[in-house]
Amino acid sequence: MNAPLVDIRDVSHRFGQHPVLKSVSLTIETGSYTILLGPSGSGKTTLLSILGGFVNPSEGKVLIRGQDCTFVPPAKRPTTTVFQDYALFPHMSVGGNVGFGLRMQGVDGATRAAKAREALALVGLAAAFDKKPHHLSGGQRQRVALARALVIEPAVLLLDEPLGALDLKLRRQMQDELKAIQKRVGTAFIHVTHDQEEAMALADHCVVMNDGRIEDEGPPERVYARPATRFSATFMGESTILAGTVVETGDRTSTVATPVGPVLLPSALPLGSAAALAIRPEHLVLGTTSGGTKLGKADVSDVVFQGSFKRMLATSVEEPSLQFIAKLPATATVRPGDTVAISCDTDQIILLAD
Amino acid sequence: MNSTGNSGRALPWALVTPALGWTLLFFVLPFVAMGFSSLTSHENGGFTLANYSQFFSNPSYWQAMVNSLQVTAIVTVVSVLLAYPFAWILAEQVPERWQRLALMLAVLPFWTSYVVRSYSWLLVLAQNGVINRALTGSGLISEPLQLANTRLATVTGFVHFFVMLLTLTIFANLKQLSPSYRKAAADLGAGPVRTFLHVILPLTLPGIMVGAFLTFVLCIGDYITPQILGGNNELLMPQLVMMQIGRRGDFPLASALSIILMAVVTIAYLACARWLKIERA
Amino acid sequence: MHRIVRIASWIYALAVYGFIFLPVVVLVLFSLQSTSFPIPPFTGPSLRWYEAVLSDRRLTSALVNSLSVAVLSSATAVTLSFLSAWGFARFVLPGSGLLRGLITLPLTVSYLIIGMGLLVLFNWAGVPKSLLAAGIGHVVINLPLCFAIIYSQMGDHQINIERAARDLGAPEWKVLLLISVPVMAPAIFAGFFLSMTFSWDEFVISFLLTRFDTTLPVEIWNLLRSGLNPKTNAVGSLVFAVSIVLVVFFELTLLRRKPA
Repeated sequence: MNAPLVDIRDVSHRFGQHPVLKSVSLTIETGSYTILLGPSGSGKTTLLSILGGFVNPSEGKVLIRGQDCTFVPPAKRPTTTVFQDYALFPHMSVGGNVGFGLRMQGVDGATRAAKAREALALVGLAAAFDKKPHHLSGGQRQRVALARALVIEPAVLLLDEPLGALDLKLRRQMQDELKAIQKRVGTAFIHVTHDQEEAMALADHCVVMNDGRIEDEGPPERVYARPATRFSATFMGESTILAGTVVETGDRTSTVATPVGPVLLPSALPLGSAAALAIRPEHLVLGTTSGGTKLGKADVSDVVFQGSFKRMLATSVEEPSLQFIAKLPATATVRPGDTVAISCDTDQIILLAD
Repeated sequence: MNSTGNSGRALPWALVTPALGWTLLFFVLPFVAMGFSSLTSHENGGFTLANYSQFFSNPSYWQAMVNSLQVTAIVTVVSVLLAYPFAWILAEQVPERWQRLALMLAVLPFWTSYVVRSYSWLLVLAQNGVINRALTGSGLISEPLQLANTRLATVTGFVHFFVMLLTLTIFANLKQLSPSYRKAAADLGAGPVRTFLHVILPLTLPGIMVGAFLTFVLCIGDYITPQILGGNNELLMPQLVMMQIGRRGDFPLASALSIILMAVVTIAYLACARWLKIERA
Repeated sequence: MHRIVRIASWIYALAVYGFIFLPVVVLVLFSLQSTSFPIPPFTGPSLRWYEAVLSDRRLTSALVNSLSVAVLSSATAVTLSFLSAWGFARFVLPGSGLLRGLITLPLTVSYLIIGMGLLVLFNWAGVPKSLLAAGIGHVVINLPLCFAIIYSQMGDHQINIERAARDLGAPEWKVLLLISVPVMAPAIFAGFFLSMTFSWDEFVISFLLTRFDTTLPVEIWNLLRSGLNPKTNAVGSLVFAVSIVLVVFFELTLLRRKPA
């Protein structure tokens, strides 16, 4: 019944001859926090620019609140962008920056100042009103940019790698704040990043992009637990990827022959088709467990102690091109050069779409 | 980004048209007018190539070009040779905190008026000027030397100006070099001399070329310095051009001589074009 | 070895400084001469030649002319070059490289030739010699200079700043006035200042294109006809002093500012 807040329909874009977006469709709900996740060159920033009105798509439509905004200039659409480099006006005070959008709307000075102060208080920078941007730290500039964009009450806030320029600790801290601010104002946020941890921490809705296409989308828990594609399984968290052929189908099960032995899956697949399987590192087990699926033997090539766990890389004895990535308890005694048996819980094997 | 999306074609053209228009109207058009003028006869206004052929047939005109090229070449070479070590000393030997002041002092006379600067040299070089008084006073010579109204005076005036200009450009060039180059060269076993010859000099060469070209262009087209200091004993091209206008009002010949002068500069420009790009940072 | 280099450096540097300062020192010293010839021996100090300069109506009006031409032509050059630099840096225009080349072309041409061209054109079009004609010439020589300075400073990081302003609802002219101009202020000021000094000092174009009302360099040139004269020294010293004050002012205000 309700139209989605943002409706992107079959958007394609080319820079010259080079296609950067290939028929992308996506809907965004009111009040949601959406993350566009992908490596550089995946088209995520271009998609954001199209949403913001800075780039006109070669094909397709962008509807915001049901209205066609495809060729509406940035100023005229209910979106605001927080730029990666913040793009604060260096010659204006923080208050002047935050009040700029209201000034353009013709709001009088007193109201403007009051609203700007309010927005600055929201991001925890009430005291910075009279400072110049170059007197602020990176994290503070980020907040000013956020306040400047939020003060004009957009329907959609677009954030282009907003935490990219901050160091790791500050980034994690700002993550929590972004989420809290978003919940408080209720504006839909669309946030571009290549950091999967950031995506998992922030998103209500996570959109994994690669090579101009959407590979997978959904709540981050679902995308992590049941990635749809091989790319999504390896970009959002790590996975061991097994390739095989369906050799037997039952009523609701199939058996896939892989180089490391048969794997039983709880779904019916066409006989003879190729199947790609993914297993998350935390689901691989050393030794053989009853009821689990045996994955053969592997030569351990590397074990890295990570504090709360050990990350192990091992090469399959049966199939040298197969690389196991496993997350082991910190107490595990395995060392490089060992040969170990590997298995996993059958329920945790993920069937990929490609 | 190659899509701006929100603005039509009119705005960008509205922005660049005034500057382009000004350049076309007051730079290109005058040049075309000069071209036409150079092909007309001063006597009857008809079409003629005489203004150009005069240049090649009249030895005194031809000589002015030779003089100009000689003076410009001497000035450029001497200025670079004087300015480079000076800029190097300012950049390398003077302590960091004094460098700005040292540089400002080195170019201070820049800020005297151009006409005044040449006149000042006349005071120094005149028959009864400072140098001659000092030399006769100390008994080194009995008769004052003929210093003013010579090629030497013209060259001195020019060198004075261009040493300052080149010191500025070469200094900026030297300062842009990362100190790591020198350290790396020393680390790899090069002594100071070889470091300079194989690392510093090649790296500053493009900057020197820009400075030398600038010197060439400004020097060959300058009228004041040769007119004040060199006098009329030996004419340079700009003096010859001005003479056609001043004494005889012969615009066609002056135009032809200007165009020939400009052709020479253009040839020099094309020769150095690859060092002289202006690009956006 | 190091000591020798150091000592040789000092001697060389002092010699070059001596060469650079010799004419200026002589100029200023003999501007204070009390007798009628600016040649040794020094007979001053006296300010009589400065008085002579300041009471010379021709010189003082030439000074005012020079200042007006410098300010107006520089303002024109800076405005035209800023607008075009902005246009070229922010929009994709066909033949952009060629057009930018055209704007910077006058940089490679001698003032004498630019002046000659304008003289021929104005003569043919019936435009009389005047300060306005000289001012037009000064814009021709300063426009490419300002353009080169401003265009080179239009970095890509400013693109996002302007986009942000547009995104927040600023129409194009407000982006230009409220954002681009203030952000580019150092380059604009540098262009204006350089133009001022070039115009202030320019001789040959003014010489060719003005007649009765003229600029200070041309008036000084006229003074030179009377040979060596302490009055010329005094005028030159005054011009020098004004320029130094301007340079120091420029140095203290603009270059000492912390980058944003």
